[in-house]
Amino acid sequence: MNKSNPKQYLITLASAFLIFNLVFLGFRLWYSLFLLGLLIDFIFIVMLAEEGSKFIAARHATKFERSLAIGFPILVLVGWELTVRAGILNPLWFPPPSKIAVALWQLIISYNQFTKTSLMGRPWLIPSMFEKQGWAGIATLAQESDLFGTLFRVVAGFILGFIPGIILGVVMGVSRSVRIMLNSILSAVYVLPKIMIFPIMMLMFADPFGEGPKIAVVAISAFFLVAINTMAGVAGVDNVYLEAGRNYGANRWQMFRHVIIPGALPVIFAGLRLALGTALIVVVSIEFIRAKTGVGYLTFYYWEIMDTPKMYAGLVLVMLIGVLLNEVLQWIETVTMPWQKGRSANS
Amino acid sequence: MAVKILAENIWKTFQTAGGPIDAIKNFNLSVEEGKFVSIVGPSGCGKSTFLRILAGLVPATSGNLKIFPGKDLTKPLNSVVFQEYAIFPWRTVLDNVSFGPEMRGVGKKERRELALHWIDAVGLNKFIDCYPHQLSGGMKQRVSIARALANDPEVLLMDEPLGALDAQTRNVLQEELLKLWEATHKTVIYITHSIEEAVLLSDEVVLMTSHPGTNKINFDINIPRPRDLKITGTPEFARLTLVIWEVLRDEVIAAMEDQR
Repeated sequence: MNKSNPKQYLITLASAFLIFNLVFLGFRLWYSLFLLGLLIDFIFIVMLAEEGSKFIAARHATKFERSLAIGFPILVLVGWELTVRAGILNPLWFPPPSKIAVALWQLIISYNQFTKTSLMGRPWLIPSMFEKQGWAGIATLAQESDLFGTLFRVVAGFILGFIPGIILGVVMGVSRSVRIMLNSILSAVYVLPKIMIFPIMMLMFADPFGEGPKIAVVAISAFFLVAINTMAGVAGVDNVYLEAGRNYGANRWQMFRHVIIPGALPVIFAGLRLALGTALIVVVSIEFIRAKTGVGYLTFYYWEIMDTPKMYAGLVLVMLIGVLLNEVLQWIETVTMPWQKGRSANS
Repeated sequence: MAVKILAENIWKTFQTAGGPIDAIKNFNLSVEEGKFVSIVGPSGCGKSTFLRILAGLVPATSGNLKIFPGKDLTKPLNSVVFQEYAIFPWRTVLDNVSFGPEMRGVGKKERRELALHWIDAVGLNKFIDCYPHQLSGGMKQRVSIARALANDPEVLLMDEPLGALDAQTRNVLQEELLKLWEATHKTVIYITHSIEEAVLLSDEVVLMTSHPGTNKINFDINIPRPRDLKITGTPEFARLTLVIWEVLRDEVIAAMEDQR
């Protein structure tokens, strides 16, 4: 291979890629050497992308990178679809993406007679129910929808947990003695898998199978994560800012409002993101073991009846919920901390 | 002229695991109103610690310290320009500069005008809505200086404000400091380790000994004002820096041996 002529090298590479795949197909090697073929194909594609990028003008570089970022996942989906259809991958383990999409659609339009639930529920009733019964009405509505049931548990638990979490974290960050007293307890609870407090919550609530214990577990897990991070953020505010604040005449409340809180916000938000991820894990785990609705319940249920496309649809839904909530949090973050915008790129 | 700052027999002792260590030993300073005084000394001599004591950020172990207030008792006694800039990353240039007045409860419109005046004085008009991370080091330190001046303190305390800047930026800011001082005639305590900078800017240079820091000798700088960077080429400037260096050299060597 002549590396001094990039064009010729690229053509050689592309032909080698083509020949390799033809040989693999022709000799039906995909059936016996699937993982090896996958690895070699991946290396070929990376090399092609690297070499190909040399022919892209600098002004098109971002466009090229974006097409790589979008194109490769599409390629993976197409490859997945083809290999399952060709009988190389077990369709029970890896149902093809097209079937997952169909299953997702079926979930959206169908109604489960047995559990009296559906994926979407009746969200159009939210305004009138809220008018009649308030938050309890929303909770009732959420219970008949898998998607909104899960969303409701995550969001309600998260909000109930993070607000006291921030308050306790700030107190711990400011007061050394509170920090010393609570630190070991918090560290002990921190490492505990939060799902383990679920039995305790079921004991305490009148309806162990209702929404109460589920939301409580989410709230408690968010509470600890946010409290610890807020404490670290508040205690970690650079001393020079505290001195500047004091020297320029800020009183206690002003120090708090204008120096400590803004200084700690980046770490507080890191804690919030962590807590959100944990909240999602906790909710899905609870729905696996003890729920009649929810995306976690749905996923587990379709595993039990071996309807794997619908099981995968559950995974897709949890991903969508996670991405959505993360985006919302990201948006709140940029609104509350406008000074962070473009910071990493510029500093 | 009335005495503005009076420090008598200042001691600062730090408690360490290896027993108490004197950082400042019996240091005296008297500064007249409207004077620009530099404190120069080898690194680790306690000059920054003295400034922080003066600013009220750390207490002295013993000694008398007084900044005399002027006629207007509502004015803050001192404002510090910190070595590490210490402007708030979460505030725009405008909000950083108006921080002091805001904390004292000055109305929004009034403090905005005040801030704009000092932002203009340090030449950052185009950057009023920028956040610190969008500014260069020299610009950040201009913001820090404007913030101190907008606070209109009785005494301006500057802790090696140009120490982190490159040589050319430092020259530009030295000239700006000279102009700002001409315009305000504030009482300034200026900590630096650069003899040239001290001679260029000051009416008096106070030399500190190596650790523990105490008075070595004071030099009056009688180069006429207004000054600019051109005076660094005059024989008088060269003579003064040389004389001060002759005295300081022994202390620097002592400090180096101390650290070894």
